[in-house]
Formats: sequence, C-alpha cells, structure tokens
Amino acid sequence: MKRAFLRNGLIAVLAFAGLGLMAAAHAADEAPDALIQRLSADVMESIKNDKAIRAGDMARVVALVELRIMPNVNFQRMTASAVGPAWRQATPLQQKRLQEEFKTLLVRTYAGALAQVTDQTITVRPLRGSQEDKEVLVRTEIKGGGESIQLDYRLEKTPDQGAGWRIYNLNVLGVWLVETYRSQFAQEINAKGVDGLIASLTERNKANSKKG
Amino acid sequence: MFSFYSSLGWRNSLVKVIALVVLGLLQACAAVPYPDKRDPLESMNRGIFSFNDKVDRAVLKPVATGYRDITPQWAQTGVHNFFNNLEDVWSVVNNVLQLRGREAGDNTGRVLINSTIGFVGLVDVASGLRIERHPANFGLTLGRWGVGAGPYIVLPLLGPSSLRELVALPIDYQGNVLNSVQDVGTRDGLSVLTLIDTRASYLKAGAVVDGVALDPYSFFRDAYLQRRRNQVYDGDPPDEEEAPFP
Repeated sequence: MKRAFLRNGLIAVLAFAGLGLMAAAHAADEAPDALIQRLSADVMESIKNDKAIRAGDMARVVALVELRIMPNVNFQRMTASAVGPAWRQATPLQQKRLQEEFKTLLVRTYAGALAQVTDQTITVRPLRGSQEDKEVLVRTEIKGGGESIQLDYRLEKTPDQGAGWRIYNLNVLGVWLVETYRSQFAQEINAKGVDGLIASLTERNKANSKKG
Repeated sequence: MFSFYSSLGWRNSLVKVIALVVLGLLQACAAVPYPDKRDPLESMNRGIFSFNDKVDRAVLKPVATGYRDITPQWAQTGVHNFFNNLEDVWSVVNNVLQLRGREAGDNTGRVLINSTIGFVGLVDVASGLRIERHPANFGLTLGRWGVGAGPYIVLPLLGPSSLRELVALPIDYQGNVLNSVQDVGTRDGLSVLTLIDTRASYLKAGAVVDGVALDPYSFFRDAYLQRRRNQVYDGDPPDEEEAPFP
C-alpha cells in the first residue's frame, strides 16, 4: 500500500516534471502568430493600466517599447534593409550609428500612436504557410469603432533565440515601414553618402526632441 | 455629367487647376537626380506638392487647427459623422459595382441606421453596433476591375493621386451626395466644412509625418502608392518585384 503510493507519487512527480519540460520547450518554439497575439495583448494591457502613458509621458512609452517590443525585433535587419546596398559598404561604426538614430526616430514618433490606445481589440488572422517556413507574415486587425485598422508583421525564424521569432518589418494600413524609408535613405546616401544620412537622421531627432 | 461643369464656381476653379497643371508640366522638363519608375512626372509633382504645402501652411492647417481648438468636441464629432455618412452612400454604390455583397450590406446598414436613429448621420450609431465601414470610391472600383494605377500624380489642392484616380475623379465628384445639393450657398458652405473637417482629422497624422520624414515628398508618395495598392488587393497584395539587392 505504502509502496504503491510512493510509486504512484513518483510517477506523478515525473509526469509533472515532464509536462514542465514540454511546456518549456514549447515556450521556446512559440508559433509566430501566438507570439504576436501575446505581445499585442501584453502591450495593450500595459498601456491601459498605465495612466502616465495615456497622459502622453514619452519617457514611459519609450521604456515600454524598449522593454517589451524591441527584444522581439531584429532592428539590424530592418535598418540594413531600409538603407539598401550601401549598408554593406558602411563601416561597423556607421552601421551602429544608423541603427541608433533610426531607432530613436521611429520610437519617439510612433510612441505617440501607442498612447492613443483605449478600448481597441486586436485579432490575429489565421496564419498561412507553415511554422517550418523561415519567414512568415502575421496579419492582425485592430477593431474599435468605424473602420478596422490593418497591422501586419513579417517575422523571421530565430531558432533557440528569444521567443523563436523576430519581427523584421511591419505595416500599418498596408504601408510597410522599411519600404517607406528606402527612397528617402537612398536619396540622402546618393547625395551626401552614409555619413550624410547619419547627419540628417541626427538632425531630425534633435529637432523632434526639442518639440518635446 | 452635365452638372459637373454647370456651376460657375466649379468652372472657375477648374480653369485655375488646369492652369496650374500646365505650369507644372512646363517645369516637368527639368530632370530629377534619382528618377523612380513609378513617378515619371516627379519634377512636376514636386512643384505641385510644394505649392500644396504652402497653401496648407498658410490657410488650411491654421483654419483646421482653429476649428479643432474652438469647436466643442461633440460638434466636431457630429460634423465628422455627418460627412462620413454621406460618403458611405457612395461607398455602397462602389461596393455593389465591385460585387462585394457583405461590404455593400454593411455600408447600406450603416447609412440606414445612421440616417434615421443617428439623426441624419450626426450620431454614428452603426459603429457602436460594430457595423464596419468599408470606404470605396470609383478609383478603387477601377483598380479592382483591373485598371492599373498609372503614373503617380500630385493634384493641385487635392494631393497624392494617380492617373487612374484622376480619370475617376469626375465620377466620384458626381457620386458625392454633397454635389447634388441644389442650393449653391448650402452646397458651398458644406463643401468648405467638409474640407476643414478632413484636414482637422489629419492634424495628428500630419504632426507624425513632420517628425518621421526626411523627405516629405518621397514619404507621402511611397506611403500613398503602397496604401492604394493594398486597398485594391483588399489588404493582401502579392509581393512586388524588388530591385535586386547587389
């Protein structure tokens, strides 16, 4: 009796541990649409519960973006793709500066939009293609009165890293972020070189931060 | 089609618009440093873009900002809903032309509900009931029928457009419920109000663009062309042929 109890107990513990391991393995290989769903819900919840953000406290919004969103973004790829062919000729220092300035530009500006979130809901559309793909498109819709807003993400597989997927481009209403910067960046680089682009970005960021 | 040219005011502004386009075309002979194949008229377009920007800074934006700051919020919302409701009527027609049953049904429901229990459209009851808007004009209908966008064109005062949208413009003008208002004073008043309302609704977005764009002309062009293509393909466009990445 006592031995049977011990044995059953042991099996139960092992089974539980096994489940735990499976869960851990599962978490590492989260499906891309599940990741977007979790991330969106998480960010929306944080905004709803944070009066400072809703009041437009820029530092808090930037902190939220850094903490929750950026770890799931391959920002180097995003910058490289916006910069285009010139990226390969840029020195590592130039690449670093480009990433820093581009990030500041995007975070500060789009953070304003995050502060507007109120009672919208996000639905993730069914994923096409398979989880075996190296790159996937996850499509979502923000609903809440009137027209729904399309918000899509392109993700790349990053096995055994973070959540297993990272965002490398996104679109709002069908307008892809990277593509919108390509001609603008190319113009600057053609006219003034990579350093010229870095200078323009830095200048724009300075002007933006003065506006508060 | 006749009433399109019938009012003297419209004819006058049409002449002005054409004069501006011709002026712009003369400038179009100037070469641009880095041509884009979707934008063969870039030089002319840039000229009109900068003209529009000046008009906006001098007149439209200050008026819209004043309107936003002075008018009570409930009145602004009412005005916005009223014009959206008029627009929904034309969207029904276009959704039907595109054989989109659900979208046409949603929009019809919206117009019926908002025009009646929504007090002639002043209250957007339908959105509260989660009936979605599906805006559609004739330019979009042509796109869904397979007509290509053609070159990118910036129109004087009206902004980013394409050859296809320009061709559709007279039809869209006819379809606008506002333009069938008989009393000229009422019609002109409402037209000015809809312009202010539209501009006011873009004040925030405008501030965002001012912050993110290195070259506002390219920013607007690239965003507009992607947005319109996305609409034609119903939010799911096929991948575009990309220039090889050397």
